[in-house]
Amino acid sequence: MNEAKPHIKVEDLTMAYGDFVVQRDISFTVNRGDIFIIMGGSGCGKSTLLRHLIGLQSPAAGCVLYEGRSFWDAQKDEKESIKRSFGVLFQSGALWSSMTLAENVMLPLQEYTDLPLKQIKEIVSLKLSLVGLAGFEEYYPSELSGGMKKRAGLARAMALDPEILFFDEPSSGLDPISSKLMDDLIRELRDSLGATVVIVTHELASILSVGDNSVYLDTESRTMIASGDPKRLLADSKDPKVHRFLTRGADDIKDGEVL
Amino acid sequence: MDTALTQCVMSFNRPDDKTLLVSIAGDFRTGNELPSSGEVENQIRSEPGIRELTFETEGLTGWDSRLLTFLIKINELCTQNNIHINREGLPQGVQRLLALASAVPENKEARREAVQSSVVSKTGETTIGFWHSFIETVDFVGDAFLSFMRLLRGKARYRPSELFVIIQDCGAKAFPIVSLISLLVGLILAFIGAIQLKMFGAQIYIADLVGIGMVRVMGAIMTGIIMAGRTGAAFAAQLGTMQVNEEIDALKTMGISPMEFLVVPRMLALTLMMPLLCLYADLMGILGGMLVGVGMMDLTVMEYFMETKKAVTLVHVWIGLFHSVVFGVLVSLAGCLRGMQCGRSASSVGEAGTSAVVTGIVSIIVATAVITFICQVLGI
Repeated sequence: MNEAKPHIKVEDLTMAYGDFVVQRDISFTVNRGDIFIIMGGSGCGKSTLLRHLIGLQSPAAGCVLYEGRSFWDAQKDEKESIKRSFGVLFQSGALWSSMTLAENVMLPLQEYTDLPLKQIKEIVSLKLSLVGLAGFEEYYPSELSGGMKKRAGLARAMALDPEILFFDEPSSGLDPISSKLMDDLIRELRDSLGATVVIVTHELASILSVGDNSVYLDTESRTMIASGDPKRLLADSKDPKVHRFLTRGADDIKDGEVL
Repeated sequence: MDTALTQCVMSFNRPDDKTLLVSIAGDFRTGNELPSSGEVENQIRSEPGIRELTFETEGLTGWDSRLLTFLIKINELCTQNNIHINREGLPQGVQRLLALASAVPENKEARREAVQSSVVSKTGETTIGFWHSFIETVDFVGDAFLSFMRLLRGKARYRPSELFVIIQDCGAKAFPIVSLISLLVGLILAFIGAIQLKMFGAQIYIADLVGIGMVRVMGAIMTGIIMAGRTGAAFAAQLGTMQVNEEIDALKTMGISPMEFLVVPRMLALTLMMPLLCLYADLMGILGGMLVGVGMMDLTVMEYFMETKKAVTLVHVWIGLFHSVVFGVLVSLAGCLRGMQCGRSASSVGEAGTSAVVTGIVSIIVATAVITFICQVLGI
């Protein structure tokens, strides 16, 4: 599955709000077809890193490369074409509240394809059924539960068959069963669509069950302090912070030695 | 639960030279008068040999956070005076809560000191703030103008169905309130004029006063102010909520310009509807004036109508309509600008709404002054 071809490359990225540096010198590579996890404690800058990856916030220094093309140095048209290669599921789903689910999923298709309405509607039904929401086409977001909104947001993110799917806290606010279903769905979509997946989360169960690769952002030192397969990090990491994070605070490590 | 207020008592004993035993008894809960930690301080000061402080709480009948804050003060006192504090005599729950409260040391960096800045620096900061806000506004207006041009060239991306909903909302649905306010404003203008004109037997000129006043400027101003409060605030709240819910971020990541998709349809809708509402407001105002003229000044409907027809020329109508188009642009821009500037919290949506109304009304008044001045210079 993993051909280890770099899809996204982040080089020496520094993120800041004015003078306040959120994270500095972040570098990592996301391989094509991987499920890549951005993890770290609350407030460490995970979601800010995601905003830099999806073009909502420009970096203070460093760059983000998509298949070798630097996003932030690109011209407007190239930026648009890179953006078109990814879909984003926001934390709250971010569905457009004045539109029905069908219209939400339909909008990107209408904007970027010349397909006739009948075919667009067929695609919309397909995407909604992929996330288990067939039959809810004419519902408004306000009529749905939190989990359903997230799934609908995922259907919209997948509307244009993106090469990369970004997820911001996909299982936050979901009960354990819905959370597990979301994880299964993410893995299933990656396997079937062959998309690269980047997930921002601190849900341990999700990290260990779906992550192929990861990066750990530290709140105190404001930089990344570990990267690699989360399961391997759990077994081998000598860094007390990473170890504590991946074991839900178990204190069986001292001075870099697992006891 | 014992709700009776009982006296809180604190007493001191010296089991040995180096130890101070603090006995606390009674109900140490909010609502009762607690002893002061100053008493402990006095004891420590008067007996310099004390090295340990212990507690005895057998007579303690109840406690809550007040006891904890009291003990934390004593703890700080002991730390300052190098006295070891022995918590064993305290109830189990109190011991555990105190341990929990001291588990994570205070983050000194996190504490914010109240910074006393000088008048000069405050003035400087405010000026810089104004400048940034000005630049942001100019940037927004420029962007909105370019997007509007794209719309005119048929290249803007927006949903026509949504445009019609907005048109309906800021057009037809505004009719009742525009009717009421304009009718009353016409009525008020007529009343004010009537008192003066009656002295000269010139009641007929009420029609001129109300007609010119409403058609030339008052109709447009009142409609503008109503729309600033009604629609401008609604635009700000809608866009602000979309900002909070990350809906605008979702548009941006899909490469859809929020300016074209959200702002331009709102501008177009309000700018198209304002002249129509203004004309309607003019008619309602004249009707209000007529009610006073016919009902109280013994004029006939025909007399009033003919006098209005004679007084109100097409130039007045055009000037009124021009006002209304300008107000439509200003109110929609103010609403959308404040909505797009909205922060990511619920309270900032409220602030955006308020700010949109204030900006809208201020810009209406300023624009009226400018247009009136220009008309004066042009002699129209």
